[in-house]
Amino acid sequence: MASVADPRVKDLAIGGVRVPAALVRETWPDPYMDIEDYDPESDLMSLNMGPQHPSTHGVLRVKLFLDGEICVKCVPYLGYLHRGVEKLCEKLTYVQVPSVVDKNDYVSPMMNELAVCMSFEKLLGIEVPERALVMRTVIAELQRLSSHLLWVGTWGLDMGGAIGGGGSLFIHTFRERELFLDLFEELTGGRFHYNHHTPGGQRHDIPPGWEAQVHQVLNVLESRLIEYEDLCTDNHIFQARTVGVGVIDPVLAMELGVSGPVARASGIDHDLRRDAPYAAYDRVKVQVPVRQEGDCFARYMVRLAEMRESIRIVRCLIDDIPEGPICGAKMVKLPGSQKVKAKEFVYAYSAIESPRGELGTWVVGQPKSASAYRCKIRPPSYHLVSMLPYLCVGQMISDIVVVLGSLDPILGEVDR
Amino acid sequence: MTWYMTLLLGLTICTLAMALGAWGTWYERKFAGRMQNRPGPTEVGPFGLLQPLADLLKLLQKEILVPRGAARWLFLASPIVAAAGTLSLFAVIPFGEGIVVADLNIGVLWIFSLGSVLVLPHWVVGWASNNKYALLGAMRAAAQTISYEIPLLLAGMIPIMLAGSFNMGDIVAAQDGYRWFALWPPGPGAVAFVMFFMCSLAEANRIPFDIPEAESELIGGISVEYTGLWAAILQLAEYIHTLVTAAVCSVLFLGGWDGPFVDGPHWMLLKTMLIYLSVFWMRWSWMRYRSDQLLAICWHYLLPIALGLVAATAIWIRLVEVS
Repeated sequence: MASVADPRVKDLAIGGVRVPAALVRETWPDPYMDIEDYDPESDLMSLNMGPQHPSTHGVLRVKLFLDGEICVKCVPYLGYLHRGVEKLCEKLTYVQVPSVVDKNDYVSPMMNELAVCMSFEKLLGIEVPERALVMRTVIAELQRLSSHLLWVGTWGLDMGGAIGGGGSLFIHTFRERELFLDLFEELTGGRFHYNHHTPGGQRHDIPPGWEAQVHQVLNVLESRLIEYEDLCTDNHIFQARTVGVGVIDPVLAMELGVSGPVARASGIDHDLRRDAPYAAYDRVKVQVPVRQEGDCFARYMVRLAEMRESIRIVRCLIDDIPEGPICGAKMVKLPGSQKVKAKEFVYAYSAIESPRGELGTWVVGQPKSASAYRCKIRPPSYHLVSMLPYLCVGQMISDIVVVLGSLDPILGEVDR
Repeated sequence: MTWYMTLLLGLTICTLAMALGAWGTWYERKFAGRMQNRPGPTEVGPFGLLQPLADLLKLLQKEILVPRGAARWLFLASPIVAAAGTLSLFAVIPFGEGIVVADLNIGVLWIFSLGSVLVLPHWVVGWASNNKYALLGAMRAAAQTISYEIPLLLAGMIPIMLAGSFNMGDIVAAQDGYRWFALWPPGPGAVAFVMFFMCSLAEANRIPFDIPEAESELIGGISVEYTGLWAAILQLAEYIHTLVTAAVCSVLFLGGWDGPFVDGPHWMLLKTMLIYLSVFWMRWSWMRYRSDQLLAICWHYLLPIALGLVAATAIWIRLVEVS
């Protein structure tokens, strides 16, 4: 057991963010505890949750050591979905990469494209026109909405089962998500993997009438959000399952690099859209919902508030998208035409606020080359999964499923 | 009744119960479809009415797998025991005046005792599967069923006390003229009805108390290793249990076959199906409790309330009905 008396409790390093001291725990479970020491007679039951388990959100394997139904130790095993994306990013040219990283976080694919494109633009020195910047912001918020919709539904599945109330919630949120997929289909021609962003701007311009369609979808979603709240927020069973479950210590969260709604539910007031605006976020005032409780219910409330905020941001921007070109670079015919001009190695890092937290890309550009020397993607989900060994200890199996769901990790992004 | 009449009635009710259990899935899927903005089964037969038959045909063709290391005979026998035990609950349920297979003078006791015995096949199902998820589900099932037996029995005591009989026919007769025990005496009857319904849900493993199955945590729990026909039998046992529960509720609290115009089995069937529907309604709109919360509800709330109810009913009988 490691103990923490951290001076950063009052004033934390990252952007001087303050955290609620009440949530900070003195002791954490030790994720490296030797199970032989705990249980020399080996009375514990080890249970492999996953890789084929309905509630591990992809292919995560969690090894649990159970004392009855209570978890004593939890070891997540990653890598079942490793596809070598970072290596591919070194082999492909800058223009080709966005279509590959689409598959990282497959719930909000265009966020990945945006993240790599932004760092490539920094690296190659490409200016992005105004119109593309605003389009990027609108699309990012729509992606956040569709991603959070999927999250609410699948989390319902974790708590209520596919054959039950959770299933009803799931199908209702998917009905709304469908509207968003229609919007993206209208815009890019794809429903899932869009390949829409490119270094320098966008590939496809907004089709006529798209803005009105967006307004319509947002109006529908706004009325349906009230339905979800009726179904969940005030429901006694929902509260019994979420309030006080899986409380995240903000200091530990920062130490593990957790960001996004999970961090904001633990009182860490940090959002890149407001703190380090990119794209056109400087044109709108982003209000960041923060909760102080740090439990699963707080994460749910933060995500719902974020959805409302995203609706507001899109409504602010969608009506006056500036006219002009949508791509700053020349539309490429040959994949190798965007090159690093410098004679030495160049570096660039940029980060965006994806639905799960800070999604960063670190690129090292080779001199006189059209492909990167190294492309490191910093996925928020990886850091979320690293919370599991701390959160699961002392919880029952049912709670482990709920806690894992509330973190909302996307395994494609974890393993890349 | 002569013995062959009893046999014939038994067979008829058995078949009807199984058919109702099978078509209960259709009923549920249609209802769930309406709740979820989709049509439910539509393809097989008119309104998808033949869907249960198609499902059965599909399941019949599947291989019955017995996992390595499983207790083979227990694994194969216990679903049948569970289904047969559940079906035999129907023996004492009166569907109309005299329409009952076995008119036991301890009919209600038969229901309760068989209900408690049924925890055994369910536990064995999980234990014999040689699967950790199934074992966890089995332990949950045992803990849940045994705990909820007690408030179930106590809540069931209220109509017994009011009617002064363990015979289900007599209990219905005592409620004649709309003096249904869910409404009369005002107060204890209604609370007892709600409590009995809740405990029955827990007995029949329905949401919000379906923790032994918990497909999102235990991937199906006790039934995780079952395939084909055996999985169907296990499912059928569960549906029939819910049906029996609904029937017992309507006999004990809603006056059985008593109703406006002509008394008869149709009222009994209608009440049963309405309760059956409310089970589905809850199932498709709520999430499930955690196992410790489930037991806490039983021991912290239901049991004290049930004891209080029994006392209140005794006082009611002493003060109002005797005097």
